[in-house]
Amino acid sequence: MNPIVFLEDVERSYGEPPVLACAGVTFSIQQGEFVAIVGPSGSGKSTLMNLIGTLDRPTAGRAFIGGSDVAAMNDRDRSALRAYEIGFVFQHFHLADGVTALENVADGLLYSGTARSERRRLAKIALERVGLGGRTGHRPNQLSGGERQRVAIARAVVGDPPLLLADEPTGNLDSVSGATVVELLSELNRRGTTVVVITHDNELAARLPRRIAIRDGKVVGDSSKAATA
Amino acid sequence: MTTLPTVTRAVRPRSRLRGRDVIALGTAGLRARPTRALLSALGIAIGMAAMIAVVGVSASSQARLNDQLAELGTNLLTSTAGTSLTGEQTVLPPDAVDKVRLVPEVESASSTAALQVSVYRSILSDPAATGGIATMVADENLLDVVYGAIRTGTWLNHATSQYPAVVLGNTAAERLGVVEPGTQIWLGGQYFTVIAILDSIALAPELDTAAFIGSDIANQKFGYEGNPTTVYERSSDEAVDRVRSLLAPTISPQSPNDIDVSRPSDALAAKNAANQAFTGLFLGLGSIALLVGGIGVANTMIVSVLERRKEIGLRRALGATRPHILVQFLTEAVLLSALGGVFGSILGMIATATLAAINGWPFTLPFLAIVVGVGAALVIGGLAGFLPAIRAARTPPTAALNS
Repeated sequence: MNPIVFLEDVERSYGEPPVLACAGVTFSIQQGEFVAIVGPSGSGKSTLMNLIGTLDRPTAGRAFIGGSDVAAMNDRDRSALRAYEIGFVFQHFHLADGVTALENVADGLLYSGTARSERRRLAKIALERVGLGGRTGHRPNQLSGGERQRVAIARAVVGDPPLLLADEPTGNLDSVSGATVVELLSELNRRGTTVVVITHDNELAARLPRRIAIRDGKVVGDSSKAATA
Repeated sequence: MTTLPTVTRAVRPRSRLRGRDVIALGTAGLRARPTRALLSALGIAIGMAAMIAVVGVSASSQARLNDQLAELGTNLLTSTAGTSLTGEQTVLPPDAVDKVRLVPEVESASSTAALQVSVYRSILSDPAATGGIATMVADENLLDVVYGAIRTGTWLNHATSQYPAVVLGNTAAERLGVVEPGTQIWLGGQYFTVIAILDSIALAPELDTAAFIGSDIANQKFGYEGNPTTVYERSSDEAVDRVRSLLAPTISPQSPNDIDVSRPSDALAAKNAANQAFTGLFLGLGSIALLVGGIGVANTMIVSVLERRKEIGLRRALGATRPHILVQFLTEAVLLSALGGVFGSILGMIATATLAAINGWPFTLPFLAIVVGVGAALVIGGLAGFLPAIRAARTPPTAALNS
């Protein structure tokens, strides 16, 4: 079976002279894994998340996401990949303030051409799955941080993508809310979603089955095997 | 070295955004900041209202003129004695009216003769204060030809034209302060009794300032020899041009150039055309306001795009393509502009209706003006929103998310 994420000697450089934010990264993630990509700030892990999420393209090396070569895809193809196969969770939630939790979650299906009523139906189910079935009509500013992040997770998984990318999902949360969010992510993983958590928090990373350590744009450790880079 | 996965190009559906959702996205952006949306739509609305009102007012006054012309007829021609080549004031031959009646297709004809006689309210009036009132000898059928109406009293007839009786035009009566028949006025050195006052005559305003007396008394008192100075004539509408070319040579075969033939309805139309020149000016001002409104929309959109970089990044992460982002912001700009356009059209219509009511015009507003106006607002919105929308679409998702 093909890995859902396959990176080989991936580099991403910025500016002139080029600064390498990602300096030859090789690893692959199989379907169904629950992985932490861990490293201090400035280690290049956000760049790595953008590359895995096809929001960005490598300047060298090869990246296959969902079985497709990112370099060979145009904007439309990569947008489709994000619409159907990748869910994103951000540290700052990125929820729309003016609309309800239900509408926020339903927006997760906006670019799949799903009809509005169907989007809302699926959004309600997704909110129930994250334990917020009673909060559908609340606006983000009426919710706690932990609840907001759960809304964001519901939005990421409402289309049932095989790959979920979470960038510092607990970074803005207290420890209790953070624990709830991590528990939710493992629950999703148990149901078959591949979950990749990007974090600087070693404690959080330690609770995950596999850890890929990043420093200065390079893989410096991979708990599943000896680093090959 | 790991082996590369077999490159299978996954067959997956494309990102898709429904048309209804595009509209919803466009309005959501506006609803999020209603005050700003309202203010920038106001710019378009003002320009739009100005243009619609100008077109409406001009159309309504034109409609009024058309009604007026339909009522008065455009088939009245006047032939006036002009000045000869040597500059002398000429008169028409005494049989001018009879000759005009012989012209084919002429339906009716009448005449007036201006006398060099001054009119005063009484013998005590200042001789210099003539009030611009002309004494005229009028044919008995004059009112039938110029469509004049008597407000009060009785028009000159065969009997009264032999006596010092006078009919006053509308303005003449006003200037003399005469309100009812029976009043005496000082005309050419003797008192004349007013026997009628006329309504205003739209097609022959020169008759409004005249005092009309009969031909017999004019002959006795002022040496009137039967030479008219103006001949009024009506023919069928289709024959006006043919008749017009025949009038001067008919009245004065020897010197047709001494006769000025004119069509009073043309003068009314010309006056209206002069008003239309202002319409052009106001339309210009309106379009400048619309342009400034468009710049306001562009400005709002640029700010909006800058403020919503995170939203753009998020939408890209959710699967929006660059065209999806472009369409969202373009829709927002066009909706903003359309809002202003519709609002402005309503304002313009209200302004037109108010002005029409005040001036007693029929309310007329070409539907095309609204279609063109709102269309222009949409185009302006599209143009104003295009560059900001392109900027939004080109925002790299990573930069947008991290900002």
